[in-house]
Amino acid sequence: MQKYILAHKKELTVINGSLLLLALLDHFFLTQGKIVPFALILSGIVGVLPIAIQAYQSLKVKIVSIDVLVTIAVFGAFFVQSYEEAAVVTFLFLAGHFLEQATLSKTRKAIKALTEMAPEVSLKKNQADQFEEVPIDEVHEGDILLVKTGGKVPVDGKVLTGSGYVNEASITGESKTANKQIGSAVYAGTILENGTFQLQAERVGEDSAFGKIIELVEEAQDSKSSAERFIDKFSKYYTPVVLLLAIIVGLITKDIELAVTVLVLGCPGALVIGIPVSNVAGIGNGAKHGILLKGSETIQDFSKVDTMVFDKTGTLTVGAPRVNKVISNPEINENKAISTLVSIEAESDHPLAQAVVKTYPDTLKYPVTQTQVIKGGGITATVNGNKVTLGNLQLIKTNKIKLRPEEIAQSKGLEAEGNSLIFMAINNQLALILGIKDQLRPNVKNELASLKKLGVKNLVLLSGDNQGTVDQIAQQLSLTEAKGNMLPEDKAMYIKKLQEEGKNVTFVGDGVNDSPSLATANTGIAMGNGTDVAIETSDIVLLNSDFSRLAPALRLVKSTRHNMLQNIVIAVGVVLFLLSSLLFSNWINMGIGMFVHEASIIVVILNALRLLNHRLKR
Amino acid sequence: MMKKAVINLEELACPTCMQKIEAAAASVKGIDKSSIKVMFNASKLKVNFNEKEVTIEGIEKAIEDIGYPVIKAKVVTI
Repeated sequence: MQKYILAHKKELTVINGSLLLLALLDHFFLTQGKIVPFALILSGIVGVLPIAIQAYQSLKVKIVSIDVLVTIAVFGAFFVQSYEEAAVVTFLFLAGHFLEQATLSKTRKAIKALTEMAPEVSLKKNQADQFEEVPIDEVHEGDILLVKTGGKVPVDGKVLTGSGYVNEASITGESKTANKQIGSAVYAGTILENGTFQLQAERVGEDSAFGKIIELVEEAQDSKSSAERFIDKFSKYYTPVVLLLAIIVGLITKDIELAVTVLVLGCPGALVIGIPVSNVAGIGNGAKHGILLKGSETIQDFSKVDTMVFDKTGTLTVGAPRVNKVISNPEINENKAISTLVSIEAESDHPLAQAVVKTYPDTLKYPVTQTQVIKGGGITATVNGNKVTLGNLQLIKTNKIKLRPEEIAQSKGLEAEGNSLIFMAINNQLALILGIKDQLRPNVKNELASLKKLGVKNLVLLSGDNQGTVDQIAQQLSLTEAKGNMLPEDKAMYIKKLQEEGKNVTFVGDGVNDSPSLATANTGIAMGNGTDVAIETSDIVLLNSDFSRLAPALRLVKSTRHNMLQNIVIAVGVVLFLLSSLLFSNWINMGIGMFVHEASIIVVILNALRLLNHRLKR
Repeated sequence: MMKKAVINLEELACPTCMQKIEAAAASVKGIDKSSIKVMFNASKLKVNFNEKEVTIEGIEKAIEDIGYPVIKAKVVTI
């Protein structure tokens, strides 16, 4: 019976509302009030039924819920024969609830859209070598799975046979397709747009990269800051106190109507809901844009940041060195010289050689013979019958290869700019000097300027690289401070020092070897590609290592925090307004009180909804 | 043997429903009270329980008895 009534709450609300409307119409147009009392009484009874059941259920577990307050108030209204108020209050309370539910699910929309991307079924190879559809819970590490065009990759794994183009938006936050061949790693939640492949499961469910992202966001939307925990505790005692207050008022004034009005006015609502709705909308908006915020506390901390500490390699720079400058001998054909260079370097796995090969991926290659590696110097080899010497300055000097004065000056200049140098000579004549450098990420300078505009006073660079390189970047990007030769522990120590000076420090790193700093800083931001992220130690993850999401992230947390504060002001303001109106004026009654109360809940939800459409890029 | 249950509820919307669900879960014998977590936005309840003292069906019933229909429950061993 109880369940039946609650399941039909919507219908009851409609009946309750229609009867109320009928009474109003009757009062003004029809029989001038003959059926008014009956319609109102019936409306009140129909309306209070589901509320009273909820009140009974919560009293069973010893909680004075909002339903208890409303039920007593409605009974009180009946008792003093104020049927109109009973009908109005129940209708507003019930209808308000549906409106709240509808708007609330809008604030949760962004996160729901993400979690619904999680794969639910998979085509798994069975003992008869056939693929059959099974729920995702039945897939284990090592299983062989089939993915067809349009299908979702169900787990993290490696491609065994086949190939295809996969949209990895779910883990990188960017709608780009990646080509997958035999041996390629594929990730759960990504979508195979074209092709077919079989894969072997390596990480399933919550252990997959996407599973971790979902878990993080799901936990984040319900995480609570210390302020919220305080409000929670407060609201636990708040409702019983309101009840007590109403009883005292009733006993002193002997005015039951006044007492039940206190009950309605004291209903908690906007205060309890205000912060969680801002939280879910802010975090949801971030998740939509590849910014994973770990929760409410992170929003509080990061919004107050005044000092940002950056790691260099992979954070301010791309993390992949490339040829930055080529100085060639005008007497030698540069294209041929570069082909010679790439042909030799392609055989080496030295980082600088790799940088050269990656800079010129499509160069024509020559056969290379008589390769000899000179330790700490470079390589000598024969290409097209010519003797090639390739390596550092020391190697050039020991081979007595001549450098012209301007070449010496240029190479010194390159070195001062933070380049590593490679020299190449053909038949003992210098052909090329290459400056190789890790490139700054595009737009880093603009991003840092936006951060400054958002109130970040100090921009600090801490790096394991030599001081020369670090100083050069600091100057280029106009950083406040730059320190080189730092080990991961040194960085964490330095952050601690900054905090002792009273600064609110955010550390931004690539998350690979910076765990101590990520954990020490007030806020740790990991720039990950969504697959190898140090999700556990960081507070914020920027998917796809996207530096240009940093300023939007700060903008988002600031707006979210403002939104929470606005909601608190609205909620507290409404209660104060109602109570003072009750004390100092006589226009307030139960119906108006309930209306203002429900309206304030809708207002805080609508306010939070603004966050969901908040534009992150400027 | 302790188990962990993640129970999906119908969308939560009311201000005091978290308290109610928390109290209902706490009243079930066999549930580790410190593990109770009601997630308002995710509309989920997470609890650890001792399967010798209570079944997942028993927990579901306690929650449904105070008016919150359970959509699905997942139990894992911890």
